[in-house]
Amino acid sequence: MIQLRSLTAGYNGKSVVENVTLEFRPGQVLALLGPNGSGKSTLLKAALGLIPVMGGQVLYDGADMTSLSHRQIAQKAAFLTQNRPLSSILGLRMVLHGRFPYLSYPRRYSKTDYAIARQAMDATGTRPYENTNISKLSGGQRQGIYLAMALAQKTETILMDEPTTYLDIRRQLEFVQTARTLAREGKAVVLVLHDIPMALRSADRIAVLRGGKLLCCDTPEAVYAGGTLDEVFGVSVHRMDTPHGPQYYCVAKEAF
Amino acid sequence: MNNWQTSSIRRPKCLLWAALLLLTILAAAGSLWLGSVAISPAEVFSALLGQGGNSTAAKIVLFSRLPRTLAALLSGAALAVSGAVIQTVLNNPLASPGIIGVNSGAGLAVALLCAAAPAAQRFSAVAAFIGALLSVLLVLGLSERTGASRITLVLAGVAISNLFSAGIDTVVTFVPDALSGVSDFRIGGFHGVTMARLTLPAVLIAVSLLAVCSLSQQLDVLALGSDTARSLGLPVGSVRFLLLVLAAALSGAAVSFSGLLGFVGLIVPHAMRRLVGADSFPLLAASALGGACFVTICDLLARVLFAPFELPVGVVLAFAGVPFFLWLLFRQRGGRT
Repeated sequence: MIQLRSLTAGYNGKSVVENVTLEFRPGQVLALLGPNGSGKSTLLKAALGLIPVMGGQVLYDGADMTSLSHRQIAQKAAFLTQNRPLSSILGLRMVLHGRFPYLSYPRRYSKTDYAIARQAMDATGTRPYENTNISKLSGGQRQGIYLAMALAQKTETILMDEPTTYLDIRRQLEFVQTARTLAREGKAVVLVLHDIPMALRSADRIAVLRGGKLLCCDTPEAVYAGGTLDEVFGVSVHRMDTPHGPQYYCVAKEAF
Repeated sequence: MNNWQTSSIRRPKCLLWAALLLLTILAAAGSLWLGSVAISPAEVFSALLGQGGNSTAAKIVLFSRLPRTLAALLSGAALAVSGAVIQTVLNNPLASPGIIGVNSGAGLAVALLCAAAPAAQRFSAVAAFIGALLSVLLVLGLSERTGASRITLVLAGVAISNLFSAGIDTVVTFVPDALSGVSDFRIGGFHGVTMARLTLPAVLIAVSLLAVCSLSQQLDVLALGSDTARSLGLPVGSVRFLLLVLAAALSGAAVSFSGLLGFVGLIVPHAMRRLVGADSFPLLAASALGGACFVTICDLLARVLFAPFELPVGVVLAFAGVPFFLWLLFRQRGGRT
């Protein structure tokens, strides 16, 4: 399990997230919410050691991150970035890169690596694109390939930075459903989301950031009831009971 | 998301590799055989096997055409692979050793060495490597420190390149003999290349090519972007630095005997990416073969088109390469790939 203890991190000596204490618990989906520039992406990068930690600690299964190598961290936590260059490679080849943290000299993928990559493609429904150049795929299909790459990494924790941003609504729902399945299988899943209703509906816990500070971290019900989201986003969040369970929606405050 | 690493054209890959290899061998054979003096293939063979004695044909083959052919093969392979590496490491399709100032940095270092210590010309490959390395580090530093966009990076590279070119002009103005045949050096050419002058650069190029190929898996992961590469456990900073050192060694070694051959490092990796895809190992191998073949053919054309007069190979490279490259670009724009 990854634990952030009074974590302060940022860029070029300037802190973007300050004094954040948070746990990424196995078997749970944690949604990170906050306005633009609140430090959500920075928090994920700091948790992975991609940017320098300026204060506090990041613990991986109790061990300080600074005592772990890049490879060791990559074997414990996978990361779906928000943006990446679009390579012109086949789907399977892309997913195989998820096995990179396990490669030793001469760095050639083994039959086991191929088998794991194909399993990951099955789990994300991307096996049909095994031999398709990913530059030819739609945004949703490509995101499935990236998720398969993260699954092939075989980590206990998966961090995803705005994974649903470029997806249509059906793909968004499917993607979040996959995240829930992964949590049920015991993984700690962390999602940076902008869609408040989707986060409230799908996550086990919601963490709300503003100006780099963690305002609260609790169950969706408790966060909704506490009114933090209304205050942070300047909207009114409402709940209604439906045959499909509680559903949430947001309206602009000026409307009332 | 950028889509500059464009898709490969689907065709039987083994046929493609065989064609590329055959074309390179034919280009090298043609370069040994053809020239302003008519020499038969039999005379070329006997000269290469050391059976030509003291004949004029044997002397021409061994002391003029063979070093020249090897120089063309080596510089083409080195500059194309260097370009492929620089484009991937800087994640910039417009980057190449010629455009971001690596070649002119190497050229300036060679000019300074030749002006300051004419007797040490045999170490020009080392000087060129140092010049190329400083240039590439300057561009990398600019890229990382300022977070410059791709276009800004290329513009900065062009500015740096011009600065180094002005430096070469300054050296040549004060020490006119620094770069004998300076017009050849500026345009690029293989006139007067000897086996002795090729030895050190050839070793440097061979070692660097092997090292770059051994890092192809890392190059693949680096192409996924810095954050993804780091999250996959790649020590991005050190791998990027190492790859740029090797790219500098390749272009520096090539510049030390070929002069400022432009364009090879830009167009050959792009053309090969379209043929074999973006996977690093095939891309590097295809760039090496494609670069060697392209420069050798251009050098052959430079020698025979207006024989006995000779064009600098850089001129032929531009005349042959630019239309071909534009055709590739428009072909893709037209959606026919």
